[in-house]
Amino acid sequence: MQTLLQTYAEDIAKPSRQTIQPVLDELAASGLPAMTGFLEAWSDKGVVQRDEDGQFFYGVREGDIYRLRSLEDGSDAGEVGRREASELKPNSGVRKLIATTLVQFQLNDPDPERRLAALDALTRNPTPELLAPLRASIEGEEVASIRNRKEALDRLISIRFGTNTETRVDAINWMSTQVSLEARAALNSVLVTRTVVGVPPEGANIARTLAVGRDLTEERALERLAQEGIVPDLVERTERDAALIAAISDGSVAGVPVADLNTEEARWATYERLVVAGVAPARPDVGAVADLIAANPIVEIYEEADPAVVEAALAALDFVEARVARAEAVDLGLDAMSLASIYFLAAIGLAITFGVMGVINMAHGEFIMIGAYTGYVVQQFVPDYTVSLIIALPLAFVVAAAAGVALERLVIRHLAHRPLETLLATFGISVALQQLFKNIFGTQAVPLTSPDWLAGAWVLNDVVGISYIRIAIFVMALLFLGLLVYILRRTRLGLEVRAVTQNPGMAASLGIDPDRVGMATFALGSGIAGVAGVAIGLFAQVTSEMGTGYIVQSFMTVVVGGVGSVFGTLAGAGLIGGLQKGIEWLNPSNTLAAQTYMILFIILFIQFRPRGIVAQKGRFVQ
Amino acid sequence: MTATATNMRVGANKAAAKPRALIMRTDVLVFLAFLALVTVGATVLAQAGLVSVSFVKLLGKTLCLCLAALAMDLVWGYTGILSLGHFAFFGIGGYAIGMWLMWDRTELIVMDTLLRAELPPTALEIEEAIGTQIFGVVGSSDIPWLWTFAGSLPLQLAFAVLVPGLIALVFGWLAFRSRVAGVYLSILTQAGTLALSLWLFQNDSGLRGNNGLSGLQNLPGLDDVPQSVVSLWFLWASAFALGLGYILAVWTVSGRFGSVLRGIRDDEARVRFLGYEVEHYKLAIFTGTAMACGIGGALYYPQAGIVNPTEIAPIASIYLAVWVAIGGRGRLYGAVIGAAVVSLLSSWFTGGGAPDIDLGFYVIKWTDWWLVLLGSSFVLVTLFAPKGLGGFVDLWTNRRSTRRDDLGPDQGSLRAEEETP
Repeated sequence: MQTLLQTYAEDIAKPSRQTIQPVLDELAASGLPAMTGFLEAWSDKGVVQRDEDGQFFYGVREGDIYRLRSLEDGSDAGEVGRREASELKPNSGVRKLIATTLVQFQLNDPDPERRLAALDALTRNPTPELLAPLRASIEGEEVASIRNRKEALDRLISIRFGTNTETRVDAINWMSTQVSLEARAALNSVLVTRTVVGVPPEGANIARTLAVGRDLTEERALERLAQEGIVPDLVERTERDAALIAAISDGSVAGVPVADLNTEEARWATYERLVVAGVAPARPDVGAVADLIAANPIVEIYEEADPAVVEAALAALDFVEARVARAEAVDLGLDAMSLASIYFLAAIGLAITFGVMGVINMAHGEFIMIGAYTGYVVQQFVPDYTVSLIIALPLAFVVAAAAGVALERLVIRHLAHRPLETLLATFGISVALQQLFKNIFGTQAVPLTSPDWLAGAWVLNDVVGISYIRIAIFVMALLFLGLLVYILRRTRLGLEVRAVTQNPGMAASLGIDPDRVGMATFALGSGIAGVAGVAIGLFAQVTSEMGTGYIVQSFMTVVVGGVGSVFGTLAGAGLIGGLQKGIEWLNPSNTLAAQTYMILFIILFIQFRPRGIVAQKGRFVQ
Repeated sequence: MTATATNMRVGANKAAAKPRALIMRTDVLVFLAFLALVTVGATVLAQAGLVSVSFVKLLGKTLCLCLAALAMDLVWGYTGILSLGHFAFFGIGGYAIGMWLMWDRTELIVMDTLLRAELPPTALEIEEAIGTQIFGVVGSSDIPWLWTFAGSLPLQLAFAVLVPGLIALVFGWLAFRSRVAGVYLSILTQAGTLALSLWLFQNDSGLRGNNGLSGLQNLPGLDDVPQSVVSLWFLWASAFALGLGYILAVWTVSGRFGSVLRGIRDDEARVRFLGYEVEHYKLAIFTGTAMACGIGGALYYPQAGIVNPTEIAPIASIYLAVWVAIGGRGRLYGAVIGAAVVSLLSSWFTGGGAPDIDLGFYVIKWTDWWLVLLGSSFVLVTLFAPKGLGGFVDLWTNRRSTRRDDLGPDQGSLRAEEETP
C-alpha cells in the first residue's frame, strides 16, 4: 500500500482537482482493503506525511508531536515532531472527488451496515457521477434487501440524470411498481412546474392554464401579474391607510373629511383620488381581474423539457397513487382492527356482566386502571420486562377479578333490580378509586415498559406498518374471544350464565344459583378488564384516569353490539373501531371531531337497532 | 290545603285547578322563607363588610346549582329518567350568555383603541379587531358563524334557554320514540354529553377550544360598578330564579301532569296502557328541565367568570345526579338541600378550608381525600339511606311509609301516597 501511495506521492501530498482523478482511479482499482480507511482519513485531514522519507501515516496531533499509526494495519509507528511532518489538507473540490471514490468502496464494503449507510447518503444527495459505481456494485451484492435498494436508487438517479429518454422512461415505469416515499418524491421531482404569464415559450411542456377561482385566488393572480409588471403592485389595506393618514391636511384627505372615512368603500375611493393626484402609488383595477387574466393567461409549465418523460411520470404517479391508496386502505384496516381489539378487550367484561345481571358497572374502567397499575407494580419488583409481563398478566386478572367480586358482594348485590342506583353507586366507587390511586401513585403517569421484542413494528412498506404491541393485543383479543366462547358454549358455568341471561327467574327455579353465577361472571368480566389494562398500559399512559377514557367507548361497544353477547360485542367493537378510524381518515387533523361524529352516529344507530346488532331474545327483554 | 291526591289513580288529581293554593303550602313557604333569609342575610352581611365578595359569589353560584339540581330531580326523581347530560345544558346556557359578555366587552375595548386612531374605524376593522382579540388565543381571527348574534343581549339570552331546549327536544324525541329507557338512556345521554364536550374542546369549534370563554365577571359598560355590588345583583337574580323555579316545579309535580310523571317512573308500561302518550310527557319534562338548566347556567357563569368544555364533561352531569341522590330524590327540597350541602362542602374541602388530620404516620390532606370521601359516602347513601338527606325531614315530620314492603323500582323516591301526613 505504502508503495502504491509512494508512486503518486507528489499528487497525494499536493492534490488538485484537475490532476487527482486518475490517481484516485488507480487507488480504487488496486482493491486494497485498507484503502477505504485511508481515503476517509485523507478526506478528514487525518493523514500526515513524514518529511524525512516522504512516508504516509495516520497521524493524530498531540501537543507538539504527531502520533503515527501505520496505514496498513493501524499499528503504532512511533511519533514525530510537529515540524518534522506535514498534514495533508485536500481542498473541498478534491474532497468531493475522494467522497465519490469512497462511495464505491462503501457500496462494496463487506459490512452490510456500511453499505446501507452509503446508500442512505446517496439517497439524500444523489449525483450523476455516483451512478456508475452504484451500478457496478449491484452485480456483486449478496443481501437481497440491499440489492433491492441499490436497484431502486439506480432508477431514482436515472430518472433525474439519465442521458436519453428511453432510460429515463424505463426507470419511471419501474418506479410505478413502488409505494415508497422516495419513489413518489422522485416522480414528483420530474413534475415540478413553474408559472409563466402570457404566451409560453416555444417547445415548453404545458401543464395547464390556471383559472381564477378554481386554481388560484384573484389576489394571487393579481400578484403574479404584478410580478410580471403587467399591473401595478397590490395595495394592502395597511398601505392604503398609511397613505391616507400621510395625506391628512386640515381634517380632510384629498377633499374628503376624515370623519367620512369610516367605510372601506370611502377609503378606497379617497385613495383613488390620491392616486390621481399622484401622491400614492397606483393599484391594479380590482374590478377587471377577469379581463386582465383573459388577456394575460397564467400558464403552468413543466420544468422538464422532454414531453415523453413527463407523460410517463404522470402515468406512473397515477399508478403509484392508486397503489398507495390501496396500501393506505390496508393500513387503515389494520389500525381499525387493532383499535377494535382494544375496545373488545375493554368492553367484553362489561358486556357479560351487563347481560347477566342487567347492571351497568361504571367502575369497569377502574378495573382496567387496576390492571395497568398491577403491571406497573410488578415491574418495580421484577426488572426483566418479559418475565414481569408474564407475571403481570395473570396477576392483573386475579387482582381485578378480586376487586370485581368485592364490588359485586359489597355493593351490587344489595342493589339488585335497581339498575339506575347501581349505576350511580358504582360511579361513586369509580370516583373514590380514581382518587385513591391518584393519592397512592401520584398524578403523574407511571411507565409500563414493554419488553424489547414487542418494541418494534412490522413494516410491510412505507405506508403499511403495525407495531408488535398492537399485534400482540389483537392476538390476545382473539384468545379471550375463543376462551369466552368456549366457556359460554361448552362448560357448565357457561350454560348457567346463558340461562340467567335469558331468564333469571326461570333459571333460579331450575336450581341455578343466580348469585353465584353473577359473582362468577363479575370475576371473569373484571379479570379480563384487568388484563386489558396491562395491554393498554403497554402503549398508552398509565394514569389514575385512564379508565374514564375507555368507559364511554366500552358502553358504546356494548350498546351497539347487543347486551350479553360475545359476538355482538365483537361486532360492536369492530364497528366502532372501524368507524373511528374511518372518520379520522376523512378528517385526519382532528381526532376530537372524529369521536364527536362517531358518538352522533351511534345515537342515530340506536334509533334503528335499539337492542344492538345482536339483539337479545327472551321474555325479559323489555 | 294539600290537594295532592292520595291514590295512584293517575289523573284524578285536582290540584292543578287551584294553583293559588300552591304558594300557601308549608314546604313552599318554608323554602321561600329560607331562601329570602339567605339572600337578605348575605346582602346585609356583605354591606356590613362581614362576608367577602367571593363568599357572596359562592352563595349565588350554589343557588344556580340548586336550580339545576331541581331540574334534575324533576327528570330523575319524579320521571325516572336518569339523564347524565343535564349539566351540559347548564354549560350551554353559560356559553350563550358568555358569548355576549365577551363580545360586548371586547367591542368596547376595541372601539376605545380604534377611536383614538387617525382614521375613523370601518366596520371591517372593528370586526377584525374583535376577532383577533377573542380568537387570537386559538390562532384565528375569523369570526365563526356561531357568533353571528353575539352582539345582541336579548338574542343571546333567548339562546341560553332555546338552544338547550332545542337540543333536548331533538335528542329526547330521537331517544324516547325508539323506546330507549333505563340505563340505555343514561348511557346515551352520557355519550351525547361527551360528544358535545369533545366538540367544544377543538380549537375550530368556534368557541375558543379548551380556553373556553373568560372574563365573564366583567359586565360590559359597567366597569365603574364594583364586583361587590355586581355579586349581589347576581345573588338576588339567582335567588329569584331558584324561587320561581321551585314554585314552578311544585306546580308541575302537584297536578295531573305530575301524577303521570310519577306513574311513568313507577311503571311506564302501565301508564302507556292507560292511554297516556308517555313519550310526550317525557319529552316535555326533559325539554323543560333542560331550559331551566340553561337559565341556571346563564346566571352561574357570569359569577364564576369562566366557562370551558371541562364544565360540560359527563362527570359534571353525574355529579348533578349525585347531589340529587344525596339530598333525596323525588322531593324537590331534597334536590336543593343535596346540591347546596354537597357543593358547599366540596368547595370547603377542596378549597383547603378543612383542617388536615395528622394520623402520626400519615397526614390526611382533604384536598386529596375529599373525592374518596364523597365517592364512598355516595355509595353508602345509595346502599343504606336511599332517601338521602331528605330522609331526615321524614324523621322530623314523623312521616311514615304506608307501604314499606313494596317501594317499586325506585326505592329512594318519595311516593305520592306518602305525601299525606
